[in-house]
Amino acid sequence: MIKVLKTGFYATLQDRGRVGFSSSGVPVSGVMDVYSANIANSILDNSLDDAVLEITFGGTQLEFLTDTFIAISGADFNATIHNKAIKLNSRIQVFKGAILSFGKVNFGARCYLAVKEGFKTPKILGSRSQYQNITSNFRIVKDDILKVKSFSKGLKTAYTSIKINKNHFNSQVLECFEGPEFNLLKEEHTKQVFKKIFTIAQDNNRMGYCLNEKVENNLQSILTAAVLPGTVQLTPSGKLIILMRDCQVTGGYPRILQLTEKSINKLSQKTTKDSFCFVLVV
Amino acid sequence: MAHKITYKPYGNKAILIEWPSIISKEILKDILLFKSKIEKENNFFLEDLIVGYASLTLTYKKEFINFSEEIVSLKNIYQSNFNIQKQNNYLWTIPVCYDLDFGVDLEEISKKLSIHVEGIIQLHTNEIYTVFFIGFLPGFLYLGGLHEQLFFDRKPNPRLKVEKGSVAIGGKQTGVYPFNSPGGWNIIGKTPIQFFNVKNENPCFAKAGDAIQFQAISKEKFYRIENEVAQNSYCLLKTLLDD
Repeated sequence: MIKVLKTGFYATLQDRGRVGFSSSGVPVSGVMDVYSANIANSILDNSLDDAVLEITFGGTQLEFLTDTFIAISGADFNATIHNKAIKLNSRIQVFKGAILSFGKVNFGARCYLAVKEGFKTPKILGSRSQYQNITSNFRIVKDDILKVKSFSKGLKTAYTSIKINKNHFNSQVLECFEGPEFNLLKEEHTKQVFKKIFTIAQDNNRMGYCLNEKVENNLQSILTAAVLPGTVQLTPSGKLIILMRDCQVTGGYPRILQLTEKSINKLSQKTTKDSFCFVLVV
Repeated sequence: MAHKITYKPYGNKAILIEWPSIISKEILKDILLFKSKIEKENNFFLEDLIVGYASLTLTYKKEFINFSEEIVSLKNIYQSNFNIQKQNNYLWTIPVCYDLDFGVDLEEISKKLSIHVEGIIQLHTNEIYTVFFIGFLPGFLYLGGLHEQLFFDRKPNPRLKVEKGSVAIGGKQTGVYPFNSPGGWNIIGKTPIQFFNVKNENPCFAKAGDAIQFQAISKEKFYRIENEVAQNSYCLLKTLLDD
């Protein structure tokens, strides 16, 4: 078991999401940055489907009520155990009573805490991902007791540390495909989409990222249809919204671009005021 | 009837199939028939099928190896007439209390449309609404068939909290809020029925292709049903649709 001492800015349990319930209007959810979450799980030889704790901007403090192994990947929030700095992207043995604290942001926006064999909260509609009105809480809160298994003996697998691709955090290029309504844009407007440097507005979260810069357009709303994580919507006022993992299943704004999975992961590590540009992949 | 439909890649893990951009029951039927044929094929790589007013989006577990091959196979499935087993669709009767305490916007609508409150309730309960699909929130039904006399613009400023169960009109649409949520539609009543419950195998009882009819109930009955719903003893009335 793990006890939540401090919630921090925003932290949720996530696995790969709730797939196959779109007919009831249920969003997919799941880890925002699949790349980093996979690294954390891989270090512990977990299944990639095991639930991890997604921590946004640090501040979270946890007490281990059991011995286990952990791995932290993704953003660097200066994590410490009993005030001693711990390494990212490596396997760490923790003992009952250990206090794990996440401090201020060094780089990135979301980090992933994996525990050996994953968090064992109840699955709802096939997933442990927290979401409003589906799981009992939409995020972890102070005094929550999170179920994890106890592991005291050394692990048989070799002790490894994984090297991460820095480009994942530093790159300012988001690769994308043309979206379903891309071809309705006029050429001069298309040019704006690929020439401009965009910055992320304050309104950014697990549902979507709004951008500050506008793109003129003459597109009309579409008959409500499917939207996906990574879909870039263009509103009549010219505002761009990039939908993320908790997005609704349908929407009515034109869908001009679709980010690659890799780019959704990269964007998940960016936040307010960060900038990037869009590039088409063939 | 076969419609002219188009196939587009939607990123590299989804295919968007589009019908002529019209809201019609005929098109909905064709979408649902195609959907059920695809589901019968048991394509292992298929993850989900998302219905829109005039579209069907297929999402896949893996990136495409061959988009054009997948489309050829989908076109064959669309043309095929074999293995068609129509799904059962139901008409659900939804009790709604239109008391002014719940229908907080009824008086304003009545004034602006010059229709008595009773007239609004009658127009709203007479109609049989088609469920086109579910989206926006888990368990939010996109309903077609609102009487044009009841078309009423959304509020210029959305309310921060619309209560769960609120029955509302927004532009040319009517719907039920399955949860407390911000919302800009005009509230005309409240239903004690739960539109989304994770404890059920089908978290939302209704599905695309079903129909809804609202039935006016008293405040007293509202609280009685609300109580029964909480105890899980309320039985929702449904009728098999035979068209």
